[in-house]
Amino acid sequence: MDDMLDALDLDDVDDLFADIPEEIRIDALDLPPGMPEQEVERHVDGLLDSNRSFRDMPSFLGGGIQPHYVPPAVEHVVARSEFLTSYTPYQPEVSQGILQAMFEYQSVVCELTGMDVANVSMYDAATALGEAAGMAARSTRGSLFLIPENLAPEKKSVLGNYLWSTDLEVREIPVVDGRVDLDAAMHLAKDAAGIYLEQPNYYGLTENRVDAVKALAGETDALLVMGVDPLLAAVTRPPSAYGADVVIGDGWFGCPMNYGGVRLGMFACKRKHVRQMPGRIIGATSDSDGKRAFCMTMQTREQHIRRERATSNICTNQALAAVAFAAYAGLHGATGLQCLAAENMRRARYAAEQLADIGFELPYDGHFFNEFVAVPPVDAKLLNDRLLRQGIHGGLPLREGPGNALLYGVTEMHTRDMIDDMIAATADVIGGNDV
Amino acid sequence: MYRMASYDEPLLSELPASRDTDDIDELPLPGDLRRDRLDIPRLDERTLVRHYIHLSQMNYGVDTGIYPLGSCTMKYNPRLGERLAARHRMTLLHPHQDASTVQGILEILYHLKEQLCAITGMHAFSLQPAAGAHGEFTGMLIARAYHEQQGEQRSEVILPDSAHGTNPASAKMAGFDVVEIPSREGHVDLDALREALSEDTAAFMLTNPNTLGVFERDILEIAAMVKEAGALLYYDGANLNAIMGKARPGDMGFDIVHLNPHKTFATPHGGGGPGAGPVGVTAELEPYLPVPRVARDGDGYTWSYDHPRSIGRVSHFHGNVPVLLKTYAYLLRMGAGLQQVAEQAVLNANYLLSRLDDGAYTLPYPGRRMHEFVVSAEPLKDKGIRALDIAKRLLDHGFHPPTMYFPLTVPEALMIEPTESESRASLDAYAEGLNAVAVEEPEVLQRAPQLTPVKRIDEAKAARTPLLTWHDLEGQQ
Repeated sequence: MDDMLDALDLDDVDDLFADIPEEIRIDALDLPPGMPEQEVERHVDGLLDSNRSFRDMPSFLGGGIQPHYVPPAVEHVVARSEFLTSYTPYQPEVSQGILQAMFEYQSVVCELTGMDVANVSMYDAATALGEAAGMAARSTRGSLFLIPENLAPEKKSVLGNYLWSTDLEVREIPVVDGRVDLDAAMHLAKDAAGIYLEQPNYYGLTENRVDAVKALAGETDALLVMGVDPLLAAVTRPPSAYGADVVIGDGWFGCPMNYGGVRLGMFACKRKHVRQMPGRIIGATSDSDGKRAFCMTMQTREQHIRRERATSNICTNQALAAVAFAAYAGLHGATGLQCLAAENMRRARYAAEQLADIGFELPYDGHFFNEFVAVPPVDAKLLNDRLLRQGIHGGLPLREGPGNALLYGVTEMHTRDMIDDMIAATADVIGGNDV
Repeated sequence: MYRMASYDEPLLSELPASRDTDDIDELPLPGDLRRDRLDIPRLDERTLVRHYIHLSQMNYGVDTGIYPLGSCTMKYNPRLGERLAARHRMTLLHPHQDASTVQGILEILYHLKEQLCAITGMHAFSLQPAAGAHGEFTGMLIARAYHEQQGEQRSEVILPDSAHGTNPASAKMAGFDVVEIPSREGHVDLDALREALSEDTAAFMLTNPNTLGVFERDILEIAAMVKEAGALLYYDGANLNAIMGKARPGDMGFDIVHLNPHKTFATPHGGGGPGAGPVGVTAELEPYLPVPRVARDGDGYTWSYDHPRSIGRVSHFHGNVPVLLKTYAYLLRMGAGLQQVAEQAVLNANYLLSRLDDGAYTLPYPGRRMHEFVVSAEPLKDKGIRALDIAKRLLDHGFHPPTMYFPLTVPEALMIEPTESESRASLDAYAEGLNAVAVEEPEVLQRAPQLTPVKRIDEAKAARTPLLTWHDLEGQQ
């Protein structure tokens, strides 16, 4: 440091801070001295060790996020430091790698959803929903934004914040037998700027009346926004087939749960809406030799150009999760994803059947994906507390909807033994034999 | 000299598909719900890994070399954070787990908030926002909720013309009209601010040091004026790296701040994210922070929801928790030594500035610079050289260019922030690169880059003819 100070003809590094008024200068931060790296690791590991992970404690929690297997090759790809330590690709000539990976991500999302364009990316599905609603507010004349009554409460809260400044009023479509009442939706649709439906819905149920959804979309100028799980989307009719304008979702491919943390919000739409779309878009073009190349494009929608007239404020997003997403999709391919989707459904169904056998009520008929609602014959909270003592985390207690209900999540991570152990322990609690 | 690898790398969809196929099992779904076709290629692991390794080798990161993007604080990312974030007791946690089973991560988040309070002088933090702009949006929602609670309808947010684009966009998303005031000699123009402030002003958003790298010396007077008008003062933490351990936004009179751990606290930027955008507030504004909040509960920790004046949620779950974990590890490692981080960052910027040829790169506005500086390449314009050409030619010299054309108030702007991570030798080499480029033939610059995996990219064509998926590309052929 001294030699550089000399080069600048300075005596003291503090001279460089002379513009900061004396009144607000501090001598030091009220933090302990730095710790050696090895001690930091020991300290943080000590804290982390008081968490109980899925590996320590099988969990059957649903609620829009579940454990999924992350192939080591995906981990390896996203740990590549050229991806990990790069910034937003403002200089495309030295960022072709991540730009192409993002372009591939866009392509995979469009393939899954049937949309024409996907951005890279929103923070999560909830904020993607907020942005989609904002897009509806800008694009159509309607005054309502319709959502399912049984939308995740967290999503309702986020949506409320994104719509706070708009004239749109959020209106809930009633739910009958766990699914939105599409006839009721039809009545509201004429005043709607946007309609949001999910496949699967918060209760894990698939929306089977896709033709009714299509009719609904045809009846109105409102934007039809569909929320999807990308894995279920691999086996179900793409939202484009029933008239969706925008598709959002939780892009968990290749990402562990991370306590709800790093994954991405998918956001895709039809080409006619692209100028209203939020977020980064990667396009293919060519270099001065005519060679194929990629760059960020349509940036005149974005905040660094358009400032307060931008379609969104988003800048930093979940880019690296998009690389994981595409790599995960490429490792599985269409057939691999479809098999995995089927496996999720089979295991969830097995768990549900076993719960029904020990006295649970399954309040909703029809198909579900990898989450389902079940009502135990005992108090749900008591059940979960007792299971926890045995090292098993039960389903998620629902705050809204049917009383005493639990939302279970079951994926390819839940082995038959795990499910059977959970069922046995649950039966013990119900029978009062667990102590 | 650094040369990037170059491949004619096919798209995922153009690579040879795996010979393995799965028989699709029987699907428990009704036929009319099922899709007919899905066209996603399946690659074997070796093919897929090679594909991404090739791509990664055509990408520049901080691990590759100096990455002095102004405003972005591209410092080195210590690897301990990656190791810790990969622990299964981080990755395999469900956000709805009973608090008794996640005491470790709750304690980490609780202490992280305390660390951030100590660094900024704020009273309380929310860790839920997922990025800087998300933090700004959260801060603006808090400002709105606060004024509404006071029974006031304040509709305007003021910001200087040098502000980051996210500032006006975030204010607008929260429902405010944006009032931009001109700067004077690289500073906030106090007269313009006085003129703009009114009973309609909800907040004044400011970066300090500002985007020119200049500390706003009148900050206390600015704070007094804003407070006098009944408005809130908002701190964009993009440039916090310059002042850690020297001064705190809270002491300057800021009411709301957002921070960028992916800049200031050395978590990797991942090609555009994930980051995080913690928001700190004064005691008066604490009731409005998002829920749930990590709180003490006897000897342990829990999530607390019962905050009736809260704005609610801005993320579905708890934000980008692994990024927050890495932040915590970085702050433990640095501790009070963050002051030396700021000193080295500011010294590095001033040293680099002193090494530049001032015949080619002029420094607009007098006065001291802190952790970054903006030079204008306007003297080279007569030769037909633009800031863009300089940036592209730097690529041929093996360097990542500075931020270009920002802030908008400086013509032919090159905004340079070397961070504390660079050595003197690295700074010397970068200065030599910039100086060398300035005296090269204009045609060489205008043709640059020639030595990168692709040559200069036609960005106008990309916007004119949007090709946004591999389907679009197939349609072209």
